Amino acid sequence: MKTVTVCIGSSCHLKGSYDVVHGLQKLIEENELDNTVTVKASFCLGECTKGVSVKVNDSDVISVNKETVNSFFNEYILNDKQ
Amino acid sequence: MKVFESDVQLIKYEVIREVVKLTINGTLKKERKNISKVLIPGPKARTRCCIHKERAIIDERVKLVMGGDKKNNNVIEVINIACDECPIHRFTVTEACRGCIAHKCTEVCPVGAIHSINKRSYIDTNKCIECGRCKNVCPYNAISDVMRPCRRACNAGALNFDEDKKAVIDNEKCIQCGACVYQCPFGAIMDKSSAVDVTNILLESKEDKNIHLYAVIAPAISSQFTYAKIGQVVSGIKKLGFKDVIEAALGADMVVLNETKEFAETIEELKTMTSSCCPAFVSYIKKNYPELGKYVSTTVSPMIAISKLIKNTDPLAKIVFIGPCTAKKMEIKEADIKGITDYVLTFEELQAMLDAFDINIEECEELPLNNASFYGRIFARSGGLTEAVKHFVETKNIPIEFKPISCDGLIECDKALKLLKFNRSNGNFIEGMACSGGCIGGAASLSHGVKDKNEVDKYGKLALEKDINDSLRIIKVEEIDLHRGKDFMSK
Repeated sequence: MKTVTVCIGSSCHLKGSYDVVHGLQKLIEENELDNTVTVKASFCLGECTKGVSVKVNDSDVISVNKETVNSFFNEYILNDKQ
Repeated sequence: MKVFESDVQLIKYEVIREVVKLTINGTLKKERKNISKVLIPGPKARTRCCIHKERAIIDERVKLVMGGDKKNNNVIEVINIACDECPIHRFTVTEACRGCIAHKCTEVCPVGAIHSINKRSYIDTNKCIECGRCKNVCPYNAISDVMRPCRRACNAGALNFDEDKKAVIDNEKCIQCGACVYQCPFGAIMDKSSAVDVTNILLESKEDKNIHLYAVIAPAISSQFTYAKIGQVVSGIKKLGFKDVIEAALGADMVVLNETKEFAETIEELKTMTSSCCPAFVSYIKKNYPELGKYVSTTVSPMIAISKLIKNTDPLAKIVFIGPCTAKKMEIKEADIKGITDYVLTFEELQAMLDAFDINIEECEELPLNNASFYGRIFARSGGLTEAVKHFVETKNIPIEFKPISCDGLIECDKALKLLKFNRSNGNFIEGMACSGGCIGGAASLSHGVKDKNEVDKYGKLALEKDINDSLRIIKVEEIDLHRGKDFMSK
């Protein structure tokens, strides 16, 4: 089970984290990965200076935004980048 | 530049600040006895008759900041030696009385309690029923209403006096609204504080990475720190050591969702529902109208709702709610919701803590505080909850007639409850706010000036999310239990 954690703290929220969450949920549905990938919300992950903070399982914080959701998904979920 | 409303507020602030400073240094137990000398160096007294009395009162305040009398369940305590023993009789004839011939005062008194003796009127306090007719009829305005401020402030009937005229709080009737705390001109009534506990856990969390502290801020923040922007306050709070600062208003959005659903499902059977977000209002119903307990919404308050959400996302979370409210200090101890929100601080305590930690918010950068919708943010004022639910009912096309009654302050709440008790209520939803103006009028607010409701709405409009559906769109609210315990309305 891959857990993608997206920060919804104030700073990331203003940068569009809700859209990132939505985008990820859509991609999971489209790729029929509902049973292996889940999206979780969390509050401040402590990396407020870049884009929306995202983690895959216990990874370091990855910076994502609405435009890069697809490429993030391809890289880290479909192609299993660590 | 911070400005204090009065010396009462200033002294309270100074005591909290000194206690927190010693806590940070780890020398509280050893040095607490010196606080009174630090704050009252003498030789002249600051406000009272002598420095010895002032220092003794400071010692009592220190005790309250450190948690107060553990044997007294109430979060509000009277500082006996600080009480000025104000007159217990309401009306008194002043020297403006000219001993006139008409003496309308004696004519108008329904119980013969006022008499003219040697060209002066005197009130027999044993007979006086405090109706005020004599005061209204005197052409010289010579009769004065000197009702004790504490008694006047308390609309819950919990303020009494002992044989020495010292104020005594009846814990059976007290709803912890804090009106007496705010109104006593001698600052003789004070709320217990968790400032020491919060300071300790902040220090602990700096060493222990398994303690994640979250600060939840009440929407009343919009009218508080006049000398700094909200963003700077958020930055200051983060500097204290909190992992994140989150709006309670997001919890309010969750409450609107849940409470409206509850309303739609139960209104046909119940006929009326009351709000449950103001703990003093809920306590007032419990203590004075227990038979109406079944009408109280079983939805938790915004503070509890957002705390549950946070703990849902982070099992290591410990939550500190920061707001204008003293009753919240009582709410977190209620049996069915204990442990969800871990501590409550007031804005007064926050201000003192920031200074004790040497954090100058006027120099802080601005950080955002933005998760909730406009509707969650307006909970801070009277009528806000009603407006939010009304809007939600309309947008969801819920086919029930929503007939709200918005009660601003405890007296209006009582009126509405009485009508409900005798089946003469005109509405089917009672929004009850114990404080006049709503939460922005709370006892532990930093300023109690004419509260502009527009300030609250202005701040509300700054929310990124315009609607409750927007702010909650990625939150699985249905996965969180937003209901009070089954017997939360029984004593």
